[in-house]
Formats: sequence, structure tokens, C-alpha cells
Amino acid sequence: MSTQPRREPTRLVPVPNPNKIPERDVDKSPILECRHLGIDFGGLTAVKDFNMAIGRTEIAGLIGPNGAGKTTVFNLLTKVYQPTRGTILLDGMDTNSMNTVQVNKAGIARTFQNIRLFDNLTVEDNVKLGLHNHISYGMWSGIFRLPSYWREEKVAHDRAMELLSIFDMGYLAKFKAGSLPYGAQRKLEIVRALATNPSLLLLDEPAAGMNPSETAELMDNIVKIRDMFGIAILLIEHDMNLVMGICEGIAVLNFGQIIAKGTPDEIKNDPAVIEAYLGKKKEG
Amino acid sequence: MSLKQSGRRLSKQSLNGFINYGIVIVAYLVVQLMISQGLMSNSLQSLLVPVCCYVVMAVSLNLVVGVSGELSLGHAGFMSLGAFSGIIVSVTLQSVIDLAPLRLFISMVVGALVGGIGGVIVGVPVLRLRGDYLAIVTLAFGEIIKNVIMVLYVGVDENGLHFATSEAGLNLTEAGTAIVKGPMGAVGVVKVSTFTAGILLVLFTLLIVQNMVHSRSGRAILALRDNRIAAESVGISVTKYKLMAFVTSAALAGAAGALFGLNYSSTLASRFDFNTSILILVFVVLGGLGNIRGSIIAAALLYILPEMLRNFDVSKYRMLIYAIILILVMLATNNPTIRNFFLQLRQQAQERKGGQAQ
Repeated sequence: MSTQPRREPTRLVPVPNPNKIPERDVDKSPILECRHLGIDFGGLTAVKDFNMAIGRTEIAGLIGPNGAGKTTVFNLLTKVYQPTRGTILLDGMDTNSMNTVQVNKAGIARTFQNIRLFDNLTVEDNVKLGLHNHISYGMWSGIFRLPSYWREEKVAHDRAMELLSIFDMGYLAKFKAGSLPYGAQRKLEIVRALATNPSLLLLDEPAAGMNPSETAELMDNIVKIRDMFGIAILLIEHDMNLVMGICEGIAVLNFGQIIAKGTPDEIKNDPAVIEAYLGKKKEG
Repeated sequence: MSLKQSGRRLSKQSLNGFINYGIVIVAYLVVQLMISQGLMSNSLQSLLVPVCCYVVMAVSLNLVVGVSGELSLGHAGFMSLGAFSGIIVSVTLQSVIDLAPLRLFISMVVGALVGGIGGVIVGVPVLRLRGDYLAIVTLAFGEIIKNVIMVLYVGVDENGLHFATSEAGLNLTEAGTAIVKGPMGAVGVVKVSTFTAGILLVLFTLLIVQNMVHSRSGRAILALRDNRIAAESVGISVTKYKLMAFVTSAALAGAAGALFGLNYSSTLASRFDFNTSILILVFVVLGGLGNIRGSIIAAALLYILPEMLRNFDVSKYRMLIYAIILILVMLATNNPTIRNFFLQLRQQAQERKGGQAQ
């Protein structure tokens, strides 16, 4: 799957105040480790000293008020932005020299806050594009319809339908992605990301615009995906029921800095978090 | 029922492709029939090969502008590359290969290769950038090619090919011939292009473009057009696939150029200027971006139209009429009222069909 050579884990200065990863993942190295990650846009520091470790099968949450820098963290992880400072270790591999495409091949897949599908292509083709790097026939086999074309397109079709069936979307396969209802588009984005066979899935506000019953279904599905694929999931979400319901570790971001890390119960009672969300209690 | 439906839907795209092949083959047969019955004037017959060339040009440009979503304003430049390299190859091989169709074939292959190499040279630096840089660079490229060929002298003798910037600089022996003479263009070319070869090139172009669009590579190209950021996030390399579309298109333009160049006894470099590039772009836009069949029909009709108008009394105003027709077609295809009218017609036809089935 990964075309990058497996490198030895880079040894760096230890991170102060490391967050805990779930018990079952402790004996394995974390899938993602961010150390002192930061980015400046001109004079503005959007993210600073971001430290986080995610276990191999953990569902982690990244929360914070609007404009805290959550999506910027996603963009740093997927190399849409190049970090100004710090290191990202994906499975012990430094992603510093990689671009977006290579990061995806190395195992990070993502969805977007404002849905980005290939609107004019069919649902099936959208998923097949996720499988792009797992189909290997070349341009000439495609043009002259050589046997490898038929063989691999068949495999890709079967795999795409299998992935779509996770969300019971198989019957939508022939429709244009742009014509789907909003909720189905969100699900399709997740399916497309899963098709790239990631080891870490980044979900940017998966429940945005969903009603409570849809959110509940989504929660079940996120857990189902984790169990089925055995992957780690990091999600940004404003819906606290979802975050507190399924995340095992949560990091709270405010003004580009982590102000709290811990389990849902710890976060709920953290004074710094309460202050960030609700403001300071009036003295006296 | 559902199985039947899915089967029908699956074959829809390949059916569309077969209809395009069918249109081309039927057009070929009709034209051959008309020629054999003496129904076609000589002036019209002389248009057959150029029409094939322009159809190939339009379909290949559609791969860049319509499918890949990049604006290219120098498509005639690649045609020019193919035309002159094709002519040089054909004249050079004249004494070696007697069989004209084989010589034409080799010329077209070389034309495609040279066009493709031109595509790589233009595409590699430019397609890494975002925005309209390709339009600017291809525009310049077309002009550069034109001006380079204007000062280029190419000759052949028993020692091989000679390149120079003046006729005297060629240093040809007695038996040698100058093929390209700078501003006079290529002269003394033996015409080897045939309508059949043109139709075969059109069919080959359709095969490449249509099959490419419905394969892994084509999907990636379409995805980049729809949403570049999302395509990168699923691991699709932008430069690779943009370049693939661009170079394929340039190579097909090169082959069409070779066919075009070998259809005339002399060819001027100024024939492949900016106006020609725009003409091809007009075919693509009027035929519909990404619509292959539209490109074929628009290129064929709009190329023949001004020549047909020559035959009537109105020949003085032929370019005026051509312009008016262009505007009317543009209005007809983009006007919401007219569109809705045609949409309604189609719906009514469908309802009638549905009614009959019951």
C-alpha cells in the first residue's frame, strides 16, 4: 500500500504532558504523533505547539470554538499547508518531505468541512477514484481495453459496491454525486476516503447539518468503520453528544493551542474548557 | 427488471461511443456513394481531408478544454509541428518507400511523436501551476512555432537531412531538394493524404479519447477538473494526469497536422496561426465542452459552411453569414427559453413512448 520506504522512527525530544492512548493500543507505537507542530500565516500564529498522539485503533476528537484552528490542523496533517515548525510522525515516519498525494498514499485519508465530491461523476466513480492507487492498469490498457482493464475494473467495481454497502448506498451507485441529498454526500465522502485504504481517517465535522437521528446513525457507523477496518479515526465535531459518545481521547483547541487533553469525562469537568466555551464566571 | 435496468445503464457510455463511431462510418459511406454517383463537386471533395483533420483537432482539443478543464490557445502550434515534421519525413522517404499509404502512416506517426514531444515541453513546466497559465503559454508557443518555421530551411540529399536558417546554408548536393524554405513554407510536396486515411485517423482519435475518458486515467482527469483538492486528497497526482491529457491531445494534433500537410503541394507556417487555434476552440465550445459528438459535428459543419457559401450569390457576405450563424448557434444552445423548449419536446416524446409501452 505505501510506496514510501519504511524508515526507522525518528527520535526527537520528548513531548511534555503527552496524552494517553487507549489501553489496548499502548503496546503498539501510535499511528500518528504530532510534536510541537505549528504554522504561521504571515504574522499570525494559527497553530502553535500542537502535541498529540493517536493510538492504532483509537477514535479521537478535536474540539474547540470556531476559528480555533481545528481545520488548520487537518490541513497540516494532510500537507495542504506545510508546517512552519514541528514534526508529524505517521506510523513513525516523518512526513516532512511529503506532499498531499504522498501523505494519502502513506495512509492518511480525509473528508472536508464543506463537502468536496466529484459532482459530475457517478457515486461509483467517486469511490473508484478513492481506489485509484489500488488499481494498477496503465493508460494504454485503458485505451485499448486490454485484459488487465476488464479484470481490474471488475475488482474495483466489486470493491466499490462493497464499500458503498457499509452505508447501504449501493442503490445510488449510478447517480451523479452532485445530485445526492446532503446526508448521502457526507457519507459518500467517508466511503471515498475509506477506499484509499487509510490507517488514519480524518473526519472534518461529519455530523454538520444532520438531525439527531442521522447523527445517532453516524455515530454507530463511525464505530463500525473503526471495528471493521481496524483503523484510527480523528474527528472534528461541534456536536458534543457525538464527541462525548464515541471519542476515547479528546483534545481541546483554543486560539491555536491545546488547552486540555483527556477522556470525555475529564474534558467535561476541565475548568479551562468550560471557560473557553462559556466564558469566565463573574467574580463575587 | 432491476438487473435489466442496471445492464442498460452500464452500457450507456459505451453505447454513446459506438454511436459516434457509427456517425463517422455512415458519413464516410455517404460521401463515397455521392462521389461514385458524381453528386459531389470537386471543390467540396477537396474539403474532405481538411474536415477530417479539423474533426481530429476539435476532438483532441476537447480532451484538454472539456475533459481536463484547462484552456489551451495554441492547438494549431502542435498541428504545425506535426505538419512540417510529417512533410519532412514523407519527402525524405519518397525514394525509399514507394507505397504512398505506408509513407503517410509513418509521417503521421512521426507527426504524432513530434507533437507529443512539443506537448511535454510546454506541459511539464506549465501544468504544475494553478490558473490560466496554460492559456498564456500555449498562445505564445503557437506563435513561436510559427515564427521558427518561418526562418527554418530544411533540405535532404544523399548525406541526410540538413537544417539551416538560409537556403544557401543548407549546402545541398546536386541531387538534393529543399523541403522547407523558410517564409515560402514547404514546397513540392507529393500529396499522399486520402479521405480514407482521414476517416481512419478520426476513428482512431475517437477510440483513444473515448476509451481514455472511461478508464482509470480518464476518471482521474475528470476528478481533477471537478475538484482538484479532493482529487489530491485521495492520492491523484495533478501534474501527471493533466500532462497525460495534454500530451495525448498534442500528439493527436500532430498526427492530424501531418495528414493536413500532406494534403497540399505547399504549406505555409502562417496557416497554423492564432486564428486557426481559435477556430478549433470555437468548434469545441459550440459542440459543447466535454461533448465528443458535438465536437465532431461542429467541426465538420462549421468548416464546410464558409466554403459552401462561396458557391452562392452571397459569396461577398459569406464571412458575415458565418458570423451570424455562429451567434445564432451560441444563442440557441445557451438560451434558457430555447433549451426548455427542446427539453419539453424530449419529455413529450418520452411520455408518448411510455404511453405506447403500456
